[in-house]
Amino acid sequence: MINKTLLSNKSWGVFFAALIILGVAAPVLNLLVPEGNLFHMSDFAVSLIGKIMCYAICALAMDLIWGYTGILSLGHGVFFALGGYMMGMYLMRQIGTDGNYKSNLPDFMVFLDWKTLPWHWVFSDSFVATLILIVAVPGLIAFVFGFFAFRSRIKGVYFSIITQAMTFAAMLLFFRNETGFGGNNGFTDFKRIAGIPIATPSMRMTLFVLTGLTLLGFFLFARWLVTSKYGRVLQAIRDAETRVMFSGYNPIGYKLSIWVISAVMCGIAGALYVPQVGIINPGEMSPANSIEMAVWAAVGGRATLIGPIVGAFIVNGAKSWLTVAAPEFWLYFLGALFIGVTLFLPHGVVGLVKKIQTKMVNRSGT
Amino acid sequence: MKRRFTLKALTAALALSSLTAVPAFAADTIKVGVLHSLSGTMAISETVLKDTVLMAIDEINAKGGLLGKKLEPVVVDPASNWPLFAEKTKQLLTQDKVAVMFGCWTSVSRKSVLPVVEELNGLLFYPVQYEGEELSKNVFYTGAAPNQQAIPAVDYLMSKDGGAAKRWVLLGTDYVYPRTTNKILRAYLKSKGVKDSDIDEKYTPFGHSDYQTIVADIKKFSAGGKTAVVSTINGDSNVPFYKELGNAGLKAKDVPVVAFSVGEEELRGVDTKPLVGHLAAWNYFQSIKNPTNDAFIKKWSAYAKAKGIAGHKDKPLTNDPMEATYIGVNMWAQAVTKAKSTDVDKVIAAMAGQTFKAPSGITSMMDPKNHHLHKSVFIGEIKADGQFNVVWKTPGPVKAKPWSPYIAGNDVKPDEPVKK
Amino acid sequence: MTLKKFFATGILAVLATASFLTSSHALTTAEATALAVGETDSRVAALSLAVQTADAKTAAFIQALADDSIKVSQDPIPKVFLIKDGKPTDPITGAEVAAPASLDDVVNNNRMRGEIDNALAALKLFSKNEKDRRAAIKSLQGEADESKLGLIEKAYAAETNAEIKAEIGMVRAVVLLSNSDATKRLEASQLLASSNSPTTKTAILERLKTESDEAVKAALKSALAAVEAGLVWGERLAAIFSGISLGSILLLVALGLAITYGLMGVINMAHGELMMIGAYATYVVQGVFQKYLPGAFDWYLLAAVPVSFLAAALVGAALERSVIRFLYGRPLETLLATWGISLMLMQLVRTIFGAQNVGVENPSWMSGGITLMGNLQLPWNRIIIIAFAAAVLLGMAFLIGKTRLGLFVRGVTQNRPIAACMGVNTARIDTYAFALGSGIAGLAGCALSQIGNVGPDLGQSYIVDAFMVVVLGGVGQLAGTVYAALGLGILGKFLEGFAGAVLAKIAVLVFIIVFIQKRPQGIFAMKGRSAE
Repeated sequence: MINKTLLSNKSWGVFFAALIILGVAAPVLNLLVPEGNLFHMSDFAVSLIGKIMCYAICALAMDLIWGYTGILSLGHGVFFALGGYMMGMYLMRQIGTDGNYKSNLPDFMVFLDWKTLPWHWVFSDSFVATLILIVAVPGLIAFVFGFFAFRSRIKGVYFSIITQAMTFAAMLLFFRNETGFGGNNGFTDFKRIAGIPIATPSMRMTLFVLTGLTLLGFFLFARWLVTSKYGRVLQAIRDAETRVMFSGYNPIGYKLSIWVISAVMCGIAGALYVPQVGIINPGEMSPANSIEMAVWAAVGGRATLIGPIVGAFIVNGAKSWLTVAAPEFWLYFLGALFIGVTLFLPHGVVGLVKKIQTKMVNRSGT
Repeated sequence: MKRRFTLKALTAALALSSLTAVPAFAADTIKVGVLHSLSGTMAISETVLKDTVLMAIDEINAKGGLLGKKLEPVVVDPASNWPLFAEKTKQLLTQDKVAVMFGCWTSVSRKSVLPVVEELNGLLFYPVQYEGEELSKNVFYTGAAPNQQAIPAVDYLMSKDGGAAKRWVLLGTDYVYPRTTNKILRAYLKSKGVKDSDIDEKYTPFGHSDYQTIVADIKKFSAGGKTAVVSTINGDSNVPFYKELGNAGLKAKDVPVVAFSVGEEELRGVDTKPLVGHLAAWNYFQSIKNPTNDAFIKKWSAYAKAKGIAGHKDKPLTNDPMEATYIGVNMWAQAVTKAKSTDVDKVIAAMAGQTFKAPSGITSMMDPKNHHLHKSVFIGEIKADGQFNVVWKTPGPVKAKPWSPYIAGNDVKPDEPVKK
Repeated sequence: MTLKKFFATGILAVLATASFLTSSHALTTAEATALAVGETDSRVAALSLAVQTADAKTAAFIQALADDSIKVSQDPIPKVFLIKDGKPTDPITGAEVAAPASLDDVVNNNRMRGEIDNALAALKLFSKNEKDRRAAIKSLQGEADESKLGLIEKAYAAETNAEIKAEIGMVRAVVLLSNSDATKRLEASQLLASSNSPTTKTAILERLKTESDEAVKAALKSALAAVEAGLVWGERLAAIFSGISLGSILLLVALGLAITYGLMGVINMAHGELMMIGAYATYVVQGVFQKYLPGAFDWYLLAAVPVSFLAAALVGAALERSVIRFLYGRPLETLLATWGISLMLMQLVRTIFGAQNVGVENPSWMSGGITLMGNLQLPWNRIIIIAFAAAVLLGMAFLIGKTRLGLFVRGVTQNRPIAACMGVNTARIDTYAFALGSGIAGLAGCALSQIGNVGPDLGQSYIVDAFMVVVLGGVGQLAGTVYAALGLGILGKFLEGFAGAVLAKIAVLVFIIVFIQKRPQGIFAMKGRSAE
């Protein structure tokens, strides 16, 4: 029986609590409560949590394609970065003539001796066009790649490896200064977004709240997808694709659509990431970054939706803490996490909690 | 469902717990931030700079500290990850409330730190040679600008002693420092009468290791006349490049290569036999003989041995960025003493004109206006033992020109930070 | 004027007059000082003078200058010492003398070193040893100038061996290009057309800039065309060789992966780190030889090959037993777990050896190259690595195809349950196969240490390439890996000539992605029934 309700009542309760924390408590604690007070939320925490929430959106996207559809992508970082670059181009144009060279062109074009904007910057001064591009560019590229890949029935490990090739090639392309995306320096030193200065606490909080709302919104959207018939077919594809084909479904349409949806989600996450972090550079497309996204989903627990969000917070929180407290141990920890999760926690932290809860229930029941 | 509730609560708790700030303890120390990569691709170069800062801080503390307080280093690891640099800077300035930061190596890392340090009015000392085209009120640049490294090197190569080069190969890794440097060099060579057809500009990606085609191209190009190669190849890739050059039979006296990113530390991991005679341009070499440098090397050797620093405890090496870091820490300390405060604006004002007896043999001076050091330029030839023979040097310190006169539009830029 | 400069120019003046009066004479103290002390200009002038009237002692002194055995003491006047067997001697008499405690080195910059090498070569033209004469001519090509013409003419006249005489003739022709007599220049240009050396091209181009005589100009231009035509072949062959070299490296790197993935279905993201272990094992063996067997240092590489194989194989076996065996049948999880292992291995190496790169020297028989044509110099290290890759491939093919272990591995891969029924210990075979693949990765690391950097990041730069080769070549067949590796190497180098390194790499990656769409199983597909 297909679950008709999106979330249980209790879960709706938690959802709204999270909504209030993000939408009301955080702004109050950051902007109104004075510094030095125990309850003040520091600017540093705002940007850190905002960044992690963007990662959580990516983890959610990974769960949709990996947890529910069984497609392991090791190249989703490229969609994240593309969304970020679209936003970045817009922000670079917003600097206007306030850059080092006081010219209409971004700084890196001036010192490359370019006189006019290249063709791919043509929409970069319109906010609306940028918003469209953030959705369109990752989506289109995902569509083309996915169409050819799924049509040829490439699956499993082969597919993962060619997604690696895709993101590696994209990274090399963007590292080239001639490509017109700032090369290794990327885009940075942003001043304004939609005319409003970007470096103020209120703008930062706005972006924070926006990211949080997007995360919650995508969560609901994903929940709706997986509890529908569409979601059932996805899980069937994950479990036994051949049987799905013999039952009369064409898996290509399903795989392609969820692939594009997840790419667009990552693109939007990237677009929210860039103004909060203040820099985008081709390193975001590195294969290592994409593999880390997979581990967020694995650590949290695949096919649970909430799991990957938790996983993203756990892993990135640990990263922030360990690179200060014990920098030499960060990579040991991360490596051990990969190994431990695949060997001992195939269902992630969520699975672990569920096991503990079941044990407690059993114990209290008997 | 119970599970979902617990998990949502978990997430919320996690989030909330990081919302509350840890109140800063009123300490009797002055905090100094160290922002160098200790892991990742840049760790090779940057780890030793962290140790140099710590050594300089220990020295100052041994003399009683500053303004009656001890210096306390706060070391963070941005892990060669550029967004992490910005995040750590924010953390150092807002959480740890450091008085100054010493850090960065690549231009990307500096550019990602710049907006943060300017917005929060922090202070950064940047010790690495770079491409110029930047002048921030909140940064002091103790490394070389192109006119303090690249241009004197080209002058030397054009001279009889340097080989009287007529054709030039500008070979670099594809990022902003080589691009800008080569742009400046092209304009400079043009001003000296070198034709465009005698200049060949090539770029390779980071981590590139197969230089066969490039060396073959250099061989072909050099058949057209005496050629010199100006290499802005980034650290790692220099090794396969030199190896390939040596094996292809291109000796230093036929096609001299001058590198700007190859120092004593980079030569540590290299078989130097095929490299003898190739050149490097820096503002400091370990082989420079003077009492200040001898004392500096001795200090470093003792420190490296005492702290068991990998590599340096057995074979201590010093290089230009280490010297620049050392000068930076000491000048900052002097400025703090002069300003009688660690307040950033006061220290910036007190930094103008600061002097320090540098291990390179000159009295280093911080320009009163443009936040760069006056530096002497040394050209060194690689010796078989991995040290450098100093074959030429500028008669005296050269003032930095962060806005290169060879880039269009720079003539209207003032020689001091612009109020933003 | 500094004291040094004053002395140098003074001595030079004296020498200049003196050389008019004598033809060949013994080395004097003044000459020795002029050669070792002073500005490069004056030293070079002194050297030219000394070469024209040299004797055995002068030759020995110049050789000592080149070998850095000359030391100078500065006060009060410069005095020169030749260090023989660690003891300071007088360069004129050869007797041991007392020297002050601190002696300065003689600093030779590039120009000085070049001039010293030329001087030595010019002197060697008269050596009794044929090999010496040939080497001398080689190093004079392109470097000779008018001042050496006298010596060259003398050598040309005195030479008995016809081949060497022809070569000296070429060198003489290059020098004569700038002669004042036009007929001599014409004769030289015509002779140079048959040269195949790039230095000839340089000399002709130089001369073309300033030539006034029409006939000579025409002759120069046709000579240039002839020389360039000859050089083009060298360039083409060099390009093909570099493609094969890159292909051989890709083959070494991918072969181990082809075994673990192709035969066992295990995706090993730590493959790069196993290569890194092989490279570091080579470094350690080098250190051992440096410390305990310095005389045999040149042969450390032979010892390093089995050591790196074993080291990587052991680590691979340990990985298989502890982590990977629990993940069979779950390739995606294996991927992630091995990625985690790779992170830990990298950090482990950083902790033990430091984050810096470590230096691995090429043994002397791997340095330098073999010159096949005028401009075609093939480096020894690449030639040896190509041979090494071929040897490893043959060894692998033999092992898999002809030995019992290979039979078991093939059996387990094709049908595990039946193989188990036949009494094959499948768990142990898995470990062996994985260890074998890892060992080959170690060998690849050993080879890589001779070409590039050895550092914790060694594996990362090759892992994507390795995977591409395996995916392209197809699973289960070693032949596919070979063709894919060589093909990608040559294709990559070919494209690099046109579009530069980055675009070539991107083009190759795109090509692979497109190829896989068309032929998902790779070049050599596994035949047989399978629904997927």
